[in-house]
Amino acid sequence: MPANTIPPKEVLMDIYSKMSLLYHNDDRARQVIRTGRLVMPYYSFRGQEAIPSTICAQLRDSDTISTIYRGTHDMLAKGCPVDKLWAELAGRVDGTCKGKGGPMHITHPESGMMVTTGIVGSSMPIACGLAWANKLNGTDDVTVAFFGDAAGNIGAFHESLNLAAVWKLPVIFVCSNNRYGEHTKFEETCAVDSVATRAVAYGIPGHKVNGNDVVELYNATQEAIDRARAGEGPSLIEANTFRFFGHVFGDDDAYMPAGEKEAAAANDPWPNYRKFLTDGGYASEADLESIDEAHKATIEAAVAFALASPWPDVQEMYRDVYAEELVP
Amino acid sequence: MSDKINMVQAINWALDDAMAEDKKVLVLGEDVADHTGGGVVGITKGLSGKYGKERVVATPISETAFTGAAIGAAMMGFKPVVEIMLMNFMTVCSDMIVNHAAKLRFMSGGQTSVPMVIRTMTGPGMGSGGQHSDFMEVWYTHTAGLKVVIPSTPDDAYGLMRSAIDDPDPVIFVENMPILWNPGDAPTRGSRIPIGKAKVIREGKDVSIIGYGRVIQNACAHAAKLAEQGIDAEVIDLRSVQPWDVETVLASVEKTGAAIVVHEAVKKFGPGAEIASTIHENLHKRLRAPVVRIGAKYAAVPFSNVLETASVPSMDEIEAAVRGLVGVPA
Repeated sequence: MPANTIPPKEVLMDIYSKMSLLYHNDDRARQVIRTGRLVMPYYSFRGQEAIPSTICAQLRDSDTISTIYRGTHDMLAKGCPVDKLWAELAGRVDGTCKGKGGPMHITHPESGMMVTTGIVGSSMPIACGLAWANKLNGTDDVTVAFFGDAAGNIGAFHESLNLAAVWKLPVIFVCSNNRYGEHTKFEETCAVDSVATRAVAYGIPGHKVNGNDVVELYNATQEAIDRARAGEGPSLIEANTFRFFGHVFGDDDAYMPAGEKEAAAANDPWPNYRKFLTDGGYASEADLESIDEAHKATIEAAVAFALASPWPDVQEMYRDVYAEELVP
Repeated sequence: MSDKINMVQAINWALDDAMAEDKKVLVLGEDVADHTGGGVVGITKGLSGKYGKERVVATPISETAFTGAAIGAAMMGFKPVVEIMLMNFMTVCSDMIVNHAAKLRFMSGGQTSVPMVIRTMTGPGMGSGGQHSDFMEVWYTHTAGLKVVIPSTPDDAYGLMRSAIDDPDPVIFVENMPILWNPGDAPTRGSRIPIGKAKVIREGKDVSIIGYGRVIQNACAHAAKLAEQGIDAEVIDLRSVQPWDVETVLASVEKTGAAIVVHEAVKKFGPGAEIASTIHENLHKRLRAPVVRIGAKYAAVPFSNVLETASVPSMDEIEAAVRGLVGVPA
C-alpha cells in the first residue's frame, strides 16, 4: 500500500490550479457546443479532474504522456496551451494540429503531449515506445499512458503491460475507471472487479485508488513514478471515478440506473477538493475563487482566439501526409 | 565477375551498415536477436552480437505492443526497423499501422512523425497456405501516409532498405519469400535506391510488362524467350508500389502502346487496377487495346501445390496476354 502522505501545500495548490482549469474548461466547452459555435464530438471528463491534475503535478516538462479521446483534461493538465487547444477543437489553423487532428487527436510535443488516440487501448503500445526512448536515451524521464476501464479488456492493454514489464520500461499505466465503457457497465464487461488486479499477471504493482481523492492518487503516483525513474519498471494505477456527462456530449444517460449519478455526486472531486483545501487551512474560499477567475479569463480569451482564427487552407490536405508535400 | 549474394545477405548488410552509421537505428521483432538465430531466416543474424541487445531486441509475440513501441520510439527520434515476421501477421496490428504510424504526422499537423520501417516476409510458393502467404500491399498503399516497397533482387533490396531507413515516414518493406535465396549481383555498400523509382529491367518496343517482385523477374526471363520469336517486350520492375513511378510507366506505354500489369496480389481490387486505370486515363488514345491485368485468383492462397501454383500468375497467362496484345498467335 502506498503511503498516505499529504503533499506539500504548493503541490496541493498546483493540483487545485489544474483542476480549476479543467473544470472550467469543460464547463465552457459544453456551453459553446450548445450555442452551435463549436461542432465536434465531445467526451466530457467532468468528474475525472482529480486524476490528471494530481498525476501531471508530479511530472516534469520532459516527461511524456499519451491519452485518448476523453483526454482534453490530460492535455491541459500536462500543459497544452489553452488557446491552441481551443483553436484545434474549433478546427482552425491556429490549433495545435492546424485543425487537422481535432479533439480526438490533439498533440503538443512541446508540453510532452505526444499522442491522443481515438482507438480504445491504443495509447498504451505507443507509450511503451515513448518510454523505451527515454530508457535508450539514458534519461530518467517517464511516460504516462492514460486510458479508460473499457481498455482493460482489449489486447493492446495486456500486450503493453507484458512488454513494459519484460523490458522494465519507465511507464505508468493510468486507468480512469469511470464505471462505463460507452453505455455498458464495467461489471458486465470485466471478469474481475478491479482493473488493478490484472497487474499481478504481469508481475508489476497494481494500485487501486479512489480517483477522486487527491491524496490517495498522489501517493500511488509518487510510488509509481519513483519506481519508473529508478529503472525498476512499470506500474498500473486504477483510479476509480465517475463521468457526469455520459459517454459523448448529447448522451441522455438512459442506460444508467436511476439515482446512480446522484449518488456519485457525493464523491465529486471538484467540491470535495475545494472543501479539503479550505477545511485544512491550505486556502481560503477567496484564494480559490481568485484562481478560478484567472482560469476563466484565460479560457474566455482562448475561446475568442479560437473562433477568430481562420479555417485551414484546403492545401493543408496535401501537407503532412508525408514529410514532402503532395502535389494534388 | 561481380560477387553474387542473396537477398537475405543483402538485407542483413543494409541493416548492419545502417546500424553502424547511426546509433538511432534499432531492430526489433520476434526472434531477431542472435540467440534465436537472427530471425526465422537469419536476416538479422549477427546484429545483436555486434550492436547489443539494447538496439536489437527480440520481442514477445505481441505485434500490437512492439509495433506500437516502434512508433513511440520513432516519434522520439529513433529509427526502428521492426520485423513483423509475415505479412498476414500485420493484420493483428493493423490499428498501429493504419490508424497510428500512417496518420500521426497528418493528425498532429506535422508536429510528430514516425520514421520507421516495417520488414515483413510473404509470398505464395512455399506451401504455407492461406495465412502465411498473402500479398496485402494494397491494404497499405490505400492508406495515405505509408510507403510500400517490394524489391526483387539483392541489390535493390539493399538500396531500398537503406532508403527506407533514411526515410522520414513509415515504409513497409516486403520480402518476397520464395526469392530470398536467389543469387544476384552484390550491392555497393552505402548505395541507395530511391523509393518510388522503377527500373526498366528489359527494354523493348512491342508491349510493356509492369509489375514487381518474383513475378516480374520471371516475366523478364520469359520475355527473353519471346524475343527469340520476334516479340520484343519491355519489362518494368516498379520496386515501389507506393509511391509508384507513374512517369517511367507512362513513358514506356507511350512507346509500346500496350501494357500488362502483373502482381502476386489478388487481381480483384488489386494494385494493378490503379496502375491500369492511370495508364488508361493518360494514354487512352495511344493504347492499341485495354491494359491487361494479371494477378492471383480471388481465393485464399491454397496449400496443395497444384492449387497454389494455379492461384498465382503463370508465365502461360503472361505469354497469352503478350501474344494477344502484339497480335502474334502461339
